[in-house]
This record gives sequence, structure tokens and C-alpha cells, in this order.
Amino acid sequence: MAVIEAQGVCLTFQTADGPVHALKDVDLSVAPGEFVSFIGPSGCGKTTFLRSIAALETPTGGTLRVNGMDPDAARRARAYGYVFQAPGLYPWRTISGNISLPLEIMGFSKADRAERIARVMDLVELSGFGAKFPWQLSGGMQQRASIARALAFDADILLMDEPFGALDEIVRDRLNEALLALWRKTGKTIGFVTHSIPEAVYLSTKIVVMSPRPGRITRIIDSPLPPDRPLEIRETPEFIALAHEVREGLREGHGDA
Amino acid sequence: MRRADLVPILTVLLVIVAVWYLGAIRMNATWERDQAARAGTEVTWSQLIPLTLTQDRPVLPAPHQVAVGLWEGVAGQAVTSRRSLVWHAWVTLSATLAGFAIGTAAGILLAVGIVHSRSMDQSVMPWAVASQTVPILAIAPMVIVVMASAGVTGLLPKAIIAAWLSFFPVLVGMVKGLRTPDAMQMDLMRSWSAGRRQVLARLRLPSSLPYLFASLKVAIAAALVGTIVAELPSGATAGLGARLLSGSYYGQTVQIWSALFMAAILAGLLVALIGLVERRVLARMGLAA
Repeated sequence: MAVIEAQGVCLTFQTADGPVHALKDVDLSVAPGEFVSFIGPSGCGKTTFLRSIAALETPTGGTLRVNGMDPDAARRARAYGYVFQAPGLYPWRTISGNISLPLEIMGFSKADRAERIARVMDLVELSGFGAKFPWQLSGGMQQRASIARALAFDADILLMDEPFGALDEIVRDRLNEALLALWRKTGKTIGFVTHSIPEAVYLSTKIVVMSPRPGRITRIIDSPLPPDRPLEIRETPEFIALAHEVREGLREGHGDA
Repeated sequence: MRRADLVPILTVLLVIVAVWYLGAIRMNATWERDQAARAGTEVTWSQLIPLTLTQDRPVLPAPHQVAVGLWEGVAGQAVTSRRSLVWHAWVTLSATLAGFAIGTAAGILLAVGIVHSRSMDQSVMPWAVASQTVPILAIAPMVIVVMASAGVTGLLPKAIIAAWLSFFPVLVGMVKGLRTPDAMQMDLMRSWSAGRRQVLARLRLPSSLPYLFASLKVAIAAALVGTIVAELPSGATAGLGARLLSGSYYGQTVQIWSALFMAAILAGLLVALIGLVERRVLARMGLAA
């Protein structure tokens, strides 16, 4: 069964300047354990589509199923964890306190919370930093903490909206590697919005190329790269060919816009 | 404090005291000249100046007269005496604190309601604004009289007036404060299917604290003014307001000014106290500016 199933999904915002077609006829099927990247210029609807999966936006047409449920029910069933571009950690809570927040809201017991916090902190390699406050950590570490927070309640989908967009190249590379390792270890299904071609190619098993006005999918590329990917894979001909294909897809979308 | 900071502060203080002395000499001179004219004598400036600064009932008491009045009111009496400024200040302070507590609670509750309900936003806010445009001097006697006829006197009516003035800054500050969490913070909460209560307790209230403290400083000063105003028409014999009123009945300007300064000192202390708590709390929460 597909984890995410979209058929003819449309989303139109009514604005003062008339309707804006953020998404038009989006068809997509994501299998369990896939790493799907959404790439495209701003206004192509990649974030809107991710938010629709999370039931933070409501499509105005088509059908969208998450784990076989409508997105709202899926959210209540804790189907996904969401990571935004900014870590959004509370300055008045420690790192463990921040990871604990969704668990408290969802009513996990204290002992259960402590066990889960320790486990996800280990996953993102932040063990030992639990008692620190967010301002005591670097930007990359803060973003790792926010990923841990999204993982803490065992959702099988991880939705990430340009999570490393605000970080510098070196930190970004390290976090990309760490994210791949985490994905292989946990087997989560990941939806990842980015506008970096190398990032999309390096991480994904499936790359969804989108284009704006109206926001739509122009190409879906299944990656031939093996799941085990050292950073050096980015110099291989396969990687470069794939990046080229994504770039072609992006150009194509622009051509008829 | 650094020495460089001290110079401008002392300069301003000196200028104020100097202007005050000049004003006292000028305003009190009229009475001395009238006295002299009545007695058929002349007064020179050198005679006039000391006289204007030592009158029993000056139009404008000189700074040193107020200082002496204040000192005698505070240190020269047993604190239980009706002539003690400490005792009067305590009467005013207790009503101020009660009113401040009521006003703060009301302000926070109304703000929570307004943030969560559009209809409350539209129905409560205009009345809150209207309540502040009515002169407190007009409202205070009515509240006192109505409550007295119901048998309620003493601290509570004064506290109600204090609350009337102090709820408003808290309301305005908290409406703003509770709305500070940005769209992403709210989305995060939604992604965890958090209910309104949880968003309020875990996100909105903590985020609003900087705004709350700023409002509390305005509110406590307003509560003090409200209490003093409430002590004017009540026929009260206790409190700084009553002290102001009896001073003006008997032309005891030194008493009026001493009570005024006592009130100002009290307000300063209360605001400073809130500032202290603010710094502690916000620093602990990592919200300090």
C-alpha cells in the first residue's frame, strides 16, 4: 500500500488579485521507506504539497490519502513528524525539554518520554546535550534537535521543508550524510522539500521535479543510485547524469511557463 | 553606576531643585509683600528670600520643607500613628496591591478570551477602551457611594477603582503578547494535534511574558493612582489620598507635597520590584532582550 497517494490534487488560494493555482492535477504515489525530494523554483507548490500531506493546507480538489486515511485523520493518528526550515525550539526549554514537548502534548508517560528522548537524541547524535539550552548550540545542532523532536513519537513519515536551507554548505553536507544514515537505520518514509539539485540527487530514491504557475509535477525521476551513498558518490558519472536530468526537468518546466 | 553617568543625572537634579527654589521664592513672595504693605513697612530682597522659604503655609513649599515634612512623616512618628506617612502609605499600598491583583487577573482572562474568540475581540475591546475614556474622577465617587450603600466599605471599593485603571494595560499587552507566536510555531503545534489549551499553556503564555511584565509596570502605577483617587471622595481619613485631601482643606501644602512624594516613592519602588522579577524570570527563560 502506498504511504502517500495523490490523485488529481488541486489547491487554489483565493487572493485579492484573483485565484492562485498553487497546485494543479498532482498525481503521486510514495511507497513505504522511500526518500522523496520535491524540487522546483519558488511558487511551484512543493511546500504547499508537503503542507497538504500534513493537513496544514486543505486541497480544493482531487484525493489525497496518507497511510490510507485522509490527511487530517492521519495527523491525529501521528502519521508524520514535520521539520521546518527554522528549528523553532523554545528558548525556555532545554534540548530534552523541547524534544519532550510533543510527547507531553500527546500524553506519553514520564518514563516513556525519558526513554524516547534518549533514543532519538542518540539517533541525531546529540547525546549529552539534553540539559543545554538552544542558544548554547550551533545552528546545525539546533536543527538536529528539531529532527529528534519530529522523530520522538515514532511517526513513520518524516516531512521536511527545506530543513537545511539556512545552514552553510559544510554543515549541510554533514547533516545530509547523517540524515541518510538515519533514514537507512529507521526505514522511515521521508518527504523532503529543497531547491538544491545536489541535495535532492544525493538524498533521494525518487525526485519529484515541479514547476510554477500553476504548481504542478513535470517529472518524476527514480534514482538508480544505491542506498549506501558516501559523499564521494557526488563525483560519479551516475550522479552527474542524474543531476543533469533533474536540471533538464527544471528547465522544461520553465520553458512552457 | 559609572561616574560618567552620574554627572548628567546630578545636573538634571540640580536644575530641578534650582527651578523649584526660584519658583518657591517667586510664588511665596506675594504673601510676604502683602504682609509688609499691611504693616506699612518695606521688605528688601535679602529679607524677602529667607522669609519665602520658611512660611508655615507656603503656596509652593521649598524642597527642604518637603524633605523635612517627609522625614517627620516617615521617621518622626510611630508607624501605627495616624500622623505617620508610613501608616497612610500602607493603607494605600494594600488597596493598590489588591486592585492590581484583580486588574491583572481580569486583564489576562479577557485577553485570553479575546485571542481565542473573534466575537469576544469585537465585543469586549470597544468596552474596554470606552471604560478608560471615562474620567476616573467621575467614576470613583459613584463606585464608592454605590458600594457603601450596599454596606461595602474600606479596602474593596478602592481596590475596584484601582483594578478599573490597571486591567487595561494588562489587557492590551497580553492580547499582543499572546499573539506573538509566529505561523511556524502554530503549525508545529497543529502538526502535533495540540488543543487550544495546550497551545495556550505551552506556547502562548510563555511567549507573552515579556509583554506581561511591560504591562505590569504600567498597571501597578495606574493602580496606585486609582487608589489615591478613590481615597479622595470617600470621606476616608486614611491613605495618601485622604492625606492629600485634608492637606488641601487646611492649606497644609507641606503635607500635600510630602504625601505626593510618598506616593511617587511608593510607585518607584513597586515598578522597580516588578523590574527585578522581570529580569530574573526572563533571563531564566532565555527571553531577555
